[in-house]
Amino acid sequence: MKYKEEAEILSQESLGEDIFSMWLRTEHIAKEAEPGQFLSLYCRDESRLLPRPISLCEIDRENCRLRLVYRIAGAGTREFAGLQAGDRITVLGPLGHGFPLAESGRALIVGGGIGVPPLLQLARELPGEKTLVMGYRSRTYLEQELRKEAPLVISTEDGSLGTKGNVIDAIRENHLTADTIYACGPLPMLRALKSFAQEHHMKAWISMEEKMACGIGACLGCVVTSRDIDDHSKVRNVRVCAEGPVFDAEEVIF
Amino acid sequence: MNLEVNIAGVVLKNPVMTASGTFGSGMEYAELMDPGLLGAIVTKGVASVPWPGNPGPRIAETASGMLNAIGLQNPGVDTFVKRDLKFLEQYPDTRVIVNVCGHTEEEYLEVVDRLADEERVDLLEINISCPNVREGGLAFGQNPKTAEAITKSVKRHAKQPVIMKLSPNVTDIREMARAAESGGADAISLINTITGMKFDIMRRKFALANRTGGLSGPAIKPVAVRMVYEAAHTVSIPVIGMGGIQTWQDAVEFLMAGASAVSVGTANFHDPEAAPKIVEGIRGYMERFGMESVSEIALTESGSASGAS
Repeated sequence: MKYKEEAEILSQESLGEDIFSMWLRTEHIAKEAEPGQFLSLYCRDESRLLPRPISLCEIDRENCRLRLVYRIAGAGTREFAGLQAGDRITVLGPLGHGFPLAESGRALIVGGGIGVPPLLQLARELPGEKTLVMGYRSRTYLEQELRKEAPLVISTEDGSLGTKGNVIDAIRENHLTADTIYACGPLPMLRALKSFAQEHHMKAWISMEEKMACGIGACLGCVVTSRDIDDHSKVRNVRVCAEGPVFDAEEVIF
Repeated sequence: MNLEVNIAGVVLKNPVMTASGTFGSGMEYAELMDPGLLGAIVTKGVASVPWPGNPGPRIAETASGMLNAIGLQNPGVDTFVKRDLKFLEQYPDTRVIVNVCGHTEEEYLEVVDRLADEERVDLLEINISCPNVREGGLAFGQNPKTAEAITKSVKRHAKQPVIMKLSPNVTDIREMARAAESGGADAISLINTITGMKFDIMRRKFALANRTGGLSGPAIKPVAVRMVYEAAHTVSIPVIGMGGIQTWQDAVEFLMAGASAVSVGTANFHDPEAAPKIVEGIRGYMERFGMESVSEIALTESGSASGAS
């Protein structure tokens, strides 16, 4: 079930490098949300018509709270970053299909850049043995929270912490192996992980991103190419907002 | 007072419908609003076979508007009949207008023939104005002769009344409206989107993979109101007005310009309940001005509005 709500902002803080963390209280959404799902956030400025899809970083079902960690990418997210505790924001969610949570052997949870946040809640809820691999440009964020959930391996582009390079470099350097990869991050990273998983006969679940308009599957704005003919569209297209954002890497072509 | 309007013999319980492509067939929206509150649902364009549409990105936001280049992705008429029309059976008081697209005249006619005996289809809207497909679509909608010809062919095949959906990407909308009327159209709808372009300057790329897209949203509303006014004062068939309607005030402007009904498009993305809110807003406006029927909202030829505050 999807809900459109006036969520209350409980806190807002900068995590550095244009990344912000915002806790929201919602009536229904938090109770039903799953790791890997997202919210549509509506701007107050009416000249910005389209809701912004932002992934769920933490889900506190008991207290009806959601944490969003997001990067300022334009005027809409800048508007969100200006909201303070006590303000309200219109949100729609929970949207899309998140990560499958069935135990599937040893897991590598891999995030890059602004793809890190949704993996925190996944790391908390995914059963079984898991290792986290997070790639940053230079400064890390959410590092302490992630360490609480599982062993964390870090890569930085400038080598200031962990492996110098990207997440694949970190996986190789630390000889990490697993049965299943769960990933969110930029397309080049997801491409690299898809081929890495193929080489090592691993399953990979990846969270994709696309520009969206409706966020609920009606406008067909956010499709990615699929390997097979999709049952809904009857063509080789799947909707990131509806069938996704999490896909079996083998089933999408990008 | 009542909100009923009559489009080519089909009575809508109110003058508010969805604009094609912004609402699917209502399935996805039904979780967030009641599609049964609408006068009509105009479906996403339906072709004779499944169409994959354009590569992504297909969407780019602009100031008070958006560009889209979906390219009429649709599952084809067979799936549409089995799935979408079946779904729409649960809203018997809301009229169903099926938007029809094709690359060629034959493809349009295939869909029109296939829908001829579908009782749930109340009206057809023929899309000769999509700016995002190379063949068909706009190719029929920018030349009065081809527009008139396709209207005639469709009318020979259609069992339901036919609305021709016109493009604003023309020199003179009145010529196109006249062409549709002389081809036998029962109504016209306008405007489809205005062709636009946007660049992503940091990535140094076109914002849309298709390079150009259709601009919609409040940014185009004054253009749409002007074109609806021109068309409505040129032809005697009903005009369905759309283009940037976000609020009931916007809808009233279109009705004042001479539209018989209005479509809500991009606003559905901004607020899934936009269309039902507009129905209530129009009702309030008519009450305030003591109007008995929607047609009284139109500005009369003498230049003064009927009704008084």
